[in-house]
Amino acid sequence: MSDLAADATMQKPRHPAMQVLVKVLAIPQAAFGVVIIALTLLAAVSAPLIVPYDAEAMDFDNLLTGFTSSHWLGTDQMGRDTLARLIVGAQVALMVSLGAVGIGVVLGVPLGLAAVYFRGFVDDIIMRMMDALVVFPSLLIAVGLAAAMGGSLGTVILAIGIANVPWMARVIRSQGLTIRELDYVAAAEAGGMSHLRIIFAHILPNSVAPVIVQSTLSMGYAVLTEAALGFIGVGIQPPTPTWGNMLQQAFPMLDQQPMLSVVPGLAIFVLVLAFNFVGDGLRDVLDPRLKGVIH
Amino acid sequence: MWRYVARRLLQMVPVLLMVTMMVYSLMLAIPGDPARALVGPGESLDEEQLALIRKEHHLDEPMIVQYGIWLSRALSGDLGRSTQNQRPVAEELRTRAAVTLQFGIVAWIFAVLIAVPAGIVSAVYRGKAVDYVATILSIGGVAIPNFWLGVMSILLFGVKLGWLPAQGYVDITEDPIEGLRHMALPAFALGITSCALIMRQSRSAMLEVLAQDYVRTARAKGLRAFQVIWIHALRNALLPVVTVFGLQTGRIFAGAVVIETLFGIPGMGQFMVQAIFARDFMAVQGAVLVMALAVLIANLATDLVYAWLDPRIRYDE
Repeated sequence: MSDLAADATMQKPRHPAMQVLVKVLAIPQAAFGVVIIALTLLAAVSAPLIVPYDAEAMDFDNLLTGFTSSHWLGTDQMGRDTLARLIVGAQVALMVSLGAVGIGVVLGVPLGLAAVYFRGFVDDIIMRMMDALVVFPSLLIAVGLAAAMGGSLGTVILAIGIANVPWMARVIRSQGLTIRELDYVAAAEAGGMSHLRIIFAHILPNSVAPVIVQSTLSMGYAVLTEAALGFIGVGIQPPTPTWGNMLQQAFPMLDQQPMLSVVPGLAIFVLVLAFNFVGDGLRDVLDPRLKGVIH
Repeated sequence: MWRYVARRLLQMVPVLLMVTMMVYSLMLAIPGDPARALVGPGESLDEEQLALIRKEHHLDEPMIVQYGIWLSRALSGDLGRSTQNQRPVAEELRTRAAVTLQFGIVAWIFAVLIAVPAGIVSAVYRGKAVDYVATILSIGGVAIPNFWLGVMSILLFGVKLGWLPAQGYVDITEDPIEGLRHMALPAFALGITSCALIMRQSRSAMLEVLAQDYVRTARAKGLRAFQVIWIHALRNALLPVVTVFGLQTGRIFAGAVVIETLFGIPGMGQFMVQAIFARDFMAVQGAVLVMALAVLIANLATDLVYAWLDPRIRYDE
């Protein structure tokens, strides 16, 4: 680590994001994570070009084929190509994780910042609300919403996103509390800077590191939740393939074609592992003090 | 300590109110006429009957009044009727909560029994092969979808080897052996994440303790390594178990929803999923409320136990 830091100072200054990336890539697990996420993203974005078959097209001449040269990852009980469905499922997994974390950041960060900056009554109200919200695991919110309005991509993203809000607010608040007390904030206040400008020019930029770490780890958790919802049938509905509903449809075929259950599960496992590795790596690089604070 | 307990209980009141409000507001997410949603599908109703239902559930009153009525009913144990079998939701939940509780406790005990010794051994033999294996397992345990682990264990132990039943539930208090046999695979799947987290935490807690002066003193006065570890250090390795318990109760409940559905365990989670498919809104709402309250209570208990276990934490300012 110290060698790396020395290298970084000797080279000509690079963009901070670039510096972080270089340090993260130097950690083997995190590098593995970055590669996996990049490959998944690439597959998802270029899906229309690379899917070998239409993910929803049935082929009753080729049912439950197992791994073959024409269907690399086999077909399901309706003859649909597993590889194609896996790639389209990757799109869904990434949309859900990005969307859910986006909602968490967009709502949670301003709430946390307001709590930090205004303190007192505002802080109490906001944080008690977060205490109440944190009681609901994302799956529970999703199940409740699915009961009210039915399962869909929107419901799933909204539910997981809402569950992310209190964690983001807490993370930015605990980081912001220290910054709030620093002299330059007092100086800005004395200089007559507006609340909003102080929050966005001083407190936010210095509280951003833990939010990045928390976001990365939350993405992995979002992938897990989406899969669980799909598996019990209350998430995104077929025919749209998701890794969760692929596992649901594969389950009755478990003794005939176990690979149908193995493949999507492995995909989920590896992608979540990748998000966790990158999150841990970012934490170690951006702020080693956070070890143990963010789970 | 008592002042802390009192303050913590007092803080619960507004949080509790907000939790009930959030559960109630699920009703707002229903598109269209909530009266139709409350009677469930398959019932064709004319305007007159709908008006009656609206009156019964006070749907024509202002939102805040509706909430007040719902809350006071809920407080007296009335969560409405299930549209599936016309039984009171509260009654149904009581029977099923017992199952989920039993299931959750078995999963939890399983997680602790594996994780704490593994964490300790891994710390004591730091850098050795055992430590690497334990670390890899704990990293994997957090990333693996628990229901998929359930499916894979059904495939291996149920389908291929035929050692354990892959479906169903037997009450442990009635037939302990069959009960545990049925519980083994689901509890393994449900407990794996907690197990991995506790293992990781007790390893680092143990590493910290082993470097402390009093452990060195204990060693210096000639106590055997075994005694030093299990008598002096164990207490400290148990603290993370409490922390993880607080963090994981919610996830255990969420996990139970999926794992109960997978293994056909008649608990609250399975009830919830069945209720969704039956469009039984009151049942889902009731179950969400009960689970959220259980998580709230578990969090409170964690804080209190923590304050009691670790005298370094001073809560009275």
